[in-house]
Amino acid sequence: MTKLEAVIQPSKLDAVKESLIAIGIDGLTVTEVRGHGRQKGHTEFYRGREYSVDLLPKIKLEIVLRDEVVDDVVKAILGAAQTGKIGDGKIFLSRIDEAIRIRNDERGSDAL
Amino acid sequence: MTILQGNSHSLYRGARWCCLLLLLFCGLAVTAQTVSPQQLADLQRQVTEARSNADNAWMLVSAALVLMMTGPGLALFYGGLVRRKNVLSTMMQSFAMMGVVTVLWGIVGFSLAFGPGNGFIGNFQHLFLHGVGAAPDPAYAPTIPMQTFMVYQLMFAIITPALISGAFAERMKFSGMLLFLSLWSLLIYSPMAHMVWGKGGLLNASLGGRFPCLDFAGGTVVHVTSGVSALVCALYLGKRKGYPKEQFPPHSVVLSLVGACMLWVGWFGFNAGSALSAGSLATSAFVATHFAAAAAALSWMLAEWLIAGHPSALGGISGAVAGLVAITPAAGFVGPMPALVIGLVAGAFCYFMVVKVKVWFGYDDSLDAFGVHGAGGTLGAILTGVFASRYINPMFRDAQGNLTGSGLFDGNAHQLLNQAAGVLIAWVLAAVGTFILLKVVDLTVGLRVSEEAEALGLDLTQHGEEGYSLES
Repeated sequence: MTKLEAVIQPSKLDAVKESLIAIGIDGLTVTEVRGHGRQKGHTEFYRGREYSVDLLPKIKLEIVLRDEVVDDVVKAILGAAQTGKIGDGKIFLSRIDEAIRIRNDERGSDAL
Repeated sequence: MTILQGNSHSLYRGARWCCLLLLLFCGLAVTAQTVSPQQLADLQRQVTEARSNADNAWMLVSAALVLMMTGPGLALFYGGLVRRKNVLSTMMQSFAMMGVVTVLWGIVGFSLAFGPGNGFIGNFQHLFLHGVGAAPDPAYAPTIPMQTFMVYQLMFAIITPALISGAFAERMKFSGMLLFLSLWSLLIYSPMAHMVWGKGGLLNASLGGRFPCLDFAGGTVVHVTSGVSALVCALYLGKRKGYPKEQFPPHSVVLSLVGACMLWVGWFGFNAGSALSAGSLATSAFVATHFAAAAAALSWMLAEWLIAGHPSALGGISGAVAGLVAITPAAGFVGPMPALVIGLVAGAFCYFMVVKVKVWFGYDDSLDAFGVHGAGGTLGAILTGVFASRYINPMFRDAQGNLTGSGLFDGNAHQLLNQAAGVLIAWVLAAVGTFILLKVVDLTVGLRVSEEAEALGLDLTQHGEEGYSLES
């Protein structure tokens, strides 16, 4: 089982959700985060004082997947979230030791 | 009966009644005597009562409007400008005044301000509001109950110390603030109010003061005193930890905008209500107030647009407040066009004070109480001496009883000196008095929260609360 974490532009969330539903992925967790890689922030002014805002709003998706579908999901997310500009985000993949369904104590791939 | 028949039936009945009444009236007119003295006296009393009721209705509404300026107007305006962890404590500083000052005013504050005393302070004649009832006090407001006058003035006494909290936001102990502002209200506000508006007051232009200072609604009494006090507080307490290197942007300009708009609307009660009647002077002050606010909002936004590149929402509302501050002393003495000019100047001037002067000197007047109220009030008081006109509000007469000019453009250049006298006294009283009171509180209850508390936030450490709970 693989955990997929993707940090994407907030404006791409809808497109990514739709592309996941299209390939049959119906479970995901979404958090609002702030961050940056190489993307520059902006300056704001409040009563003449400059404030540089370099932690930009992003969306983080977390999905745990069966190993067989990981490539398709990555392709789907890349297709939906890519613009070609700095700030598009990143995808990270990691191993998952166990998955458990709380409702009925199912374990392993069946729990996904 | 059909509807048509029913209508014509009632029309017929109506016509019959009208004829009867007409006959009765003609009969009375023919037989009536001239009106008796008793009837005339009754009529006069009723007319006076009706006029008094009209004035009282407006004054009660005005009092409510001014209270709304503190809560929630100022509470929201200041609350939005601080960091999230301090929003409640900032709002509490305004709200607490609504409770504390009311009690103090009722017991002794009103008496010290408006009791007959000497040139500087009232007396204890109205201790516990003794003698303050339904009968008007002809020297102050001949057409409304003295109690109305008292409660209206109370709302001013409430908001003035609340304004100062803008200077020490995010680092003042609640207990220290309560003690400091209570003493301030009794020892700085009441004397200043007495000097400008009280019987025998040194600066009272309406009641023959030695230096008649034109201050319609409190440019010196409210804004200069609170603004200068704010500066002293900011200097005495010192900067917030991390200022100016760390950034503390407002956590909600939305709240501030809502608050500022409430201030604008409430200010009609503050300025137009200072006419103490519901006639054309109230209208004149209302109009001047509004025009100054609008012009100042535009001039601050324009200044910001040119200098910083964007007109901001915070800039617009700050400008409006600056204009309202500047027009406060002038509202009942100037026409709409001078009001526009006062607003235009105030917006740009206060922008400069807040954005340049504060940065140059480096004091942490957190919410710009000095930059807007102190500076704006001073400017407004001086411009009142420039634009005040006898044709808007007759104030001064010569030895023969002829009306003479009120301000510079009205042929009275001397008035500028009186305005300066009022401003100077306000500055000195506020600066010296505030320093002494801060020392007293510092040595007893303490002024500033600990560094740890400042980092955790005052909502949690002073009040045991969170403004916005993430868990519920």
